[in-house]
Amino acid sequence: MLEDKDRIFTNIYGMHDRSLAGARARGHWDGTRDILLKGRDWIVNEMKASGLRGRGGAGFPTGLKWSFMPKESDGRPAYLVVNADESEPGTCKDREIMRHDPHTLVEGCLIASFAMGAHAAYIYIRGEYVREKEALQRAVDEAYDAGLIGPNACGSGWDFDLYVHHGAGAYICGEETALLESLEGKKGMPRMKPPFPAGAGLYGCPTTVNNVESIAVAPTILRRGAGWFASFGRPNNAGTKLFAISGHVNRPCVVEEAMSIPFVELIDKHCGGIRGGWDNLKAVIPGGSSVPNVKADVMKEAIMDFDWLREQRSGLGTAAVIVMDQSTDMVKAIWRLAKFYKHESCGQCTPCREGTGWMMRVMERLVKGEAEVEEIDMLLDVTKQVEGHTICALGDAAAWPIQGLIRNFRDEIEDRIRAKRTGRITAVAAE
Amino acid sequence: MLRRLHHDQPASFDFTPANLAWAEAQIQKYPEGRQASAVIPLLFRAQEQEGWLPKPAIEAVARMLGMAYIRVLEVATFYFMFQLSPVGSVAHIQICGTTPCMLRGSEELLDLCQRRISAEPHHPSADGKLSWEEVECLGACANAPMAQIGKDYYEDLSVESLTRIIDELTAGRVPRPGSQIGRYASEPEGGVTSLAQWVEGRNAHNASVDLAVTIGDTVKRIDGTEVPLRAPWLRTAQPEELPAVPVEEVQAATPSDGEPGESPQAMDQQHTARPAGVRHPLPGGETVAPEPEGEPSGVVPAHGLGSSDAAGVAAAPLAPEAAPPVLDAPRGGMGDDLKRITGVGPKIEALLHELGIWHFDQIAAWGPGEVAWVDSRLGQFHGRIQREDWIAQARKLATEG
Repeated sequence: MLEDKDRIFTNIYGMHDRSLAGARARGHWDGTRDILLKGRDWIVNEMKASGLRGRGGAGFPTGLKWSFMPKESDGRPAYLVVNADESEPGTCKDREIMRHDPHTLVEGCLIASFAMGAHAAYIYIRGEYVREKEALQRAVDEAYDAGLIGPNACGSGWDFDLYVHHGAGAYICGEETALLESLEGKKGMPRMKPPFPAGAGLYGCPTTVNNVESIAVAPTILRRGAGWFASFGRPNNAGTKLFAISGHVNRPCVVEEAMSIPFVELIDKHCGGIRGGWDNLKAVIPGGSSVPNVKADVMKEAIMDFDWLREQRSGLGTAAVIVMDQSTDMVKAIWRLAKFYKHESCGQCTPCREGTGWMMRVMERLVKGEAEVEEIDMLLDVTKQVEGHTICALGDAAAWPIQGLIRNFRDEIEDRIRAKRTGRITAVAAE
Repeated sequence: MLRRLHHDQPASFDFTPANLAWAEAQIQKYPEGRQASAVIPLLFRAQEQEGWLPKPAIEAVARMLGMAYIRVLEVATFYFMFQLSPVGSVAHIQICGTTPCMLRGSEELLDLCQRRISAEPHHPSADGKLSWEEVECLGACANAPMAQIGKDYYEDLSVESLTRIIDELTAGRVPRPGSQIGRYASEPEGGVTSLAQWVEGRNAHNASVDLAVTIGDTVKRIDGTEVPLRAPWLRTAQPEELPAVPVEEVQAATPSDGEPGESPQAMDQQHTARPAGVRHPLPGGETVAPEPEGEPSGVVPAHGLGSSDAAGVAAAPLAPEAAPPVLDAPRGGMGDDLKRITGVGPKIEALLHELGIWHFDQIAAWGPGEVAWVDSRLGQFHGRIQREDWIAQARKLATEG
């Protein structure tokens, strides 16, 4: 088990002093100037060496992403945009960073911005997180007052402004180009790529969009060294990670653990086990609503990292672990996700706009068993027609949970259809 | 989902003075010409003030930001946090219904709302005090099931605790937000499994609850006086600093004055997102712009004031005013697109039209006196002509045709 001394978010529950003084007492903002003075290349190389993969779901190497930013400005400014629009169902980790350990993020914004030649960064926080926005703004104000950011940040000679911006309840704005559209004051509709944000992002300028956790871990990685961070987890899955465990465990929680922790250990150590015991486990959605579910027998062997879960045709995503026990109506649980995606589709691409509604309506009938068995394959076929045919990944994200359901629980769907039909026939016969 | 404006709209909307000051400060977070970025924060502030978002507020925000009304309406209808019809006078209860909350009993909470408040979501209760809706994942899944009421999250709910919360709200009290089963934040119920060293002697509340309790505005209609306005990005420049010029239109990647001798370093500093020294006056006449000390005063060159001299512009004395030739209407019925000048947005363009300026060649012909005349009529935008060097830009654009 990860020891407290190796945890990056040492105040994730907010029990210690949450102000700048507290953050400093816990080791943040220590030697930030020296880190900056080591230069852009050193920072980017160290981040690459640490093996940090983006914590927003896709797992793209963070250092590599930073290196895509232009080295020389062509006259346009560069921007860092922090994606704090945490809305993937099951995910509630960035909220804890922003309200309880906000200085990790503020310091990370300075370092990351410096490393990509940006004098300004925007943090786009979801609108519902009102208190988190206030807590974060307080930390930003403190950092300004202390000269840690602003002109000549930390005495490094680098001018840096950090702005907190908020959205207004659109899941799609967690998609990076939709987020940029929203930040420009428009509807959050994703852009076509290319151009990628590193070439033309916010206001048409080079932009990198990173998840909160990816940015917030950077200062500690740079202070303690890439080797320290890379010593946790299996190769290609380095580091520590905030896990958010919800659903049918005895004690749901958010906790920082080493990557590649076995699922059983994660649940037993921190969540008091599965509700009703391990035999009562039915399935797990291991990485937020967009990844397919994994059945209990596989999960009992599971290693919680990007590669292992990908091999099981699922994914680590945001490490938002949604646990479902035997009492769960799987079809209904996935139908509720289908409803979510239907609600959140921005309406730009036809396959997604129409497909999400179509899938939800078929799922609705499957929940009740009011369907033909052949419709299961038809539904699967529709998910394939949505997947990969839209500008952004929301279409894919809507398709995958349903594909996972059909792959793992087809018998349950068929049983329900048969039971319904049998019930109907019996009822008719009895009259 | 179809989202329409409410059929019954109030006649007008005005931000309270404190909310207006707040809004003006928010606009400054974004580069000049990019004020539209502030649309969501401003609309949301209007909603916090009114409880919901009426049409006059949408129009007022459009005017403030120089945006077309339809663009703001698009935003208001796209984002689900904007309540387009009136909600309960005391509180609007938003129950999270997505799978992680559903697994832990949110359906019972929705049933309770239907029974206790109204059968239909978005319809205030009979006494008008409460309304409710089911919302999608609110991002507090480790504390499911939960609801947002006003600004705050009520977590680890049960039918009993939500019943109590509804009773309290109806009686005019605001129950304490956060976990309703005694958890501190998102740690495992009953005791932490990590970071145990600060359990003793911790603050009374987690950060969210602490803010809710201290400010006391969970379900209050915000008038802007609840917390003092802080806007550290509106800092005043250090005199020795090279002042920066804000980034403008993307097309302006090539500096219009095309000074070949600029070092990359200087370019970098010029294109910082916000100018360090030049600020718009805030409402109430308080100017945030610093009085530059030791700036050369007096002569302002007729044209082509280098953009790196920006800091001096705000306060540099201008030549005596001389009215430029103006037109009642554009020649040939069609003016030039003045927005092609870097630094001129829809709002400034409208101002110029009002003054009778429609064409690049008009601007290109200005001397110092004319610049002073126009500048004094630009209101909050004064100083822009030299800072962005409109004249050089206009000359170029006029010759390009």
